[in-house]
Amino acid sequence: MSEKTYKPGNYPDLPPPPGTVGVYGWIRQNLFSSISNSLLTIISVVLLYYLIDGIIGWFFLDAVFDADSKIACRKIDDGACWAVITRRVGQFVYGFYPEAERWRIDITFLTMFVAFAPLLYPDIPKRKWLLYFSLFYPFFAFVLIMGGYFGLQKIEYSLFGGFMLTVILGVCGIVCSLPLGILLALGRQSNLTVVRTLSVCFIEFMRGVPLITLLFVASSMLNYFLPPGTNFSILVRVIIMFTFFSAAYIAEVIRGGIQAIPKGQYEAADALGMNYWQKTRFITLPQALKISIPGIVNTFIGLYKDTTLVVVIGLLDPLGIGRAALADTKWNGLSTETYLFVALFFFVSCFAMSRYSLWLENKLNTDKK
Amino acid sequence: MKTKMLLAGVTAGVMFAGSVLASTLDDVRARGKLNCIINTGLAGFAAPDDKGNWTGFDVDFCRAVAAATLGDADKVNYTTATGKTRFTKLAAGEGELLSRNTTWTFSRDVDLSQTFIGVNYYDGQGFMVPKALGVKSAKGLDGASVCIQTGTTTELNLAEFFAGNNIKYNPVPIETNAEAQELYKAGRCDVYTTDASGLYATMMSFDNPSDHMVLPEIVSKEPLGPVVRHGDDQWADIVAWVLRAMMAGEEKGITSKNVKELAAKDNKDKEINRLLGKDPLQGLSKLGLSPDWAVNVISQVGNYQESFEKHLFPLTIKRGMNALYRDGGLHYIPPIK
Repeated sequence: MSEKTYKPGNYPDLPPPPGTVGVYGWIRQNLFSSISNSLLTIISVVLLYYLIDGIIGWFFLDAVFDADSKIACRKIDDGACWAVITRRVGQFVYGFYPEAERWRIDITFLTMFVAFAPLLYPDIPKRKWLLYFSLFYPFFAFVLIMGGYFGLQKIEYSLFGGFMLTVILGVCGIVCSLPLGILLALGRQSNLTVVRTLSVCFIEFMRGVPLITLLFVASSMLNYFLPPGTNFSILVRVIIMFTFFSAAYIAEVIRGGIQAIPKGQYEAADALGMNYWQKTRFITLPQALKISIPGIVNTFIGLYKDTTLVVVIGLLDPLGIGRAALADTKWNGLSTETYLFVALFFFVSCFAMSRYSLWLENKLNTDKK
Repeated sequence: MKTKMLLAGVTAGVMFAGSVLASTLDDVRARGKLNCIINTGLAGFAAPDDKGNWTGFDVDFCRAVAAATLGDADKVNYTTATGKTRFTKLAAGEGELLSRNTTWTFSRDVDLSQTFIGVNYYDGQGFMVPKALGVKSAKGLDGASVCIQTGTTTELNLAEFFAGNNIKYNPVPIETNAEAQELYKAGRCDVYTTDASGLYATMMSFDNPSDHMVLPEIVSKEPLGPVVRHGDDQWADIVAWVLRAMMAGEEKGITSKNVKELAAKDNKDKEINRLLGKDPLQGLSKLGLSPDWAVNVISQVGNYQESFEKHLFPLTIKRGMNALYRDGGLHYIPPIK
């Protein structure tokens, strides 16, 4: 044992005692700190092994990815029969949209990201030019999807279905309901009695009625109310109902944001001599919207998932397509696979929305950091 | 964007729109397509295949009407409807024909101003049990627990049947067919009861369908048939006679294979000649159909038997009540003369 002397204050740090650092240390500290904890760890590992083994086996190892029918699947292996998805993936995505015309949906979908980019990401280069495209995009998308102009084949709305239908309903509902919701929130706070009363009535009515009722109204009653000769498709009617419904919720979320702004902000704006619209544009809304982001995205995610309700009025969204697939005698009984696939789709889209809202919150959260 | 819908405005007006403005047949011909309202998915009756083409017993009937009126069975736009929306869709003019396993009842026929043009499938409430239960008749179900959908007519039928036969049962209330399948598979109930066609479809979704059986008793009447709007008798007649032509095809042994051959020659059975346009059929022009209407129907879609065997035999559904009268069933059609 060598003796070495150090000057006071220069003594080097000793390494931590063995068995308290590194993988070994972590395991000992967290998993085997006492006899009962060690027992629990061992039992959990055994249970997890059987669980994960079963899940991976069912999902992947024993799964069949291509076969002609459920019976053919079962002959190959006894795991999941994903063939019902792989054979019908076109239907799940495009509904009954004619196969030769599906490129139109692809283009619309891809350009949608271009149109949304300048709205969602303010720092994007050439934002001004992209904004012009965003403005023009709704018409572009409408013509491309519905057809009937510029030599494009006209497509009946009854052929719409699958994820495409969900995205159309969801995106239109979200895009239209935000501005409408903001107007309603401002209207509810307005000093003009008529505007305020109308806004309150609208919001309370829409929030007081179940969405499914509104969908039935869209599907059955509107035909009777409208003047003779008017006919617009069930798709448009449903989008309008979705928009109204979620606008009412958005309005309340934004009202919460508006009321959270300290009174001093308004007084300062008044002191600067701003008129109502300047105050709204530069003081109220930027702060209110920032506060309301989680609530707004929450409502949007709710709306997006609520689009599955259209199945009760006979529109075939992914859930409807899945159920129709299960009604095919070839695939009868594969409900687990079908519903899991649809759930995965909704999870991915909703998770993306939720992540975006977190990103935006962090980006705008300048005053509380 | 716009579906060709004829709206005469207010509630009552809608029903008469067809007859007042233009005949339904003219609308269909002008559009070149038949708008047919079908189920969103019911095994054997209406379901899309992997390519996205609708097939099934009810879909075949849409195709048959298109073949008779337009000469091409593929000229159909399918609109899907749920049980709740089907009648309003028909009334609002979103389709000319409702072919969606719809039970013919008094109030639907009279109160909702629909015209039921016949029965293409006699259904009825039945019981499914595991073979291991060892029960051969519903009367032997004393003390059994029964999965039953709440709020349906089946609930009432069940109570009446068991009370009438003086036997007891334990109801297990459920909401949806899918839920019933799970409970039944898990053994939570010994018996599942709903329409017999639904029972067969449910049975086929099991991994071992042969371990289960549908008991012979049928405890309710569910005559299913195509429906059209009130007010256009010409259109109702067309649809009715298309159904009869399919059944006549079976009765006279006319199939999609031999129909062209039979249509070309002079048959001993004059009814075949009249049906297939060889001999004149009085009044056919009033229907607005061409003489080869039935040839189109049977050659492109098939006769009743072919359609039944193609779509319902895979579900192990037997002809039973749905056989022709001469085979002990209920289908008896008026003569074609």
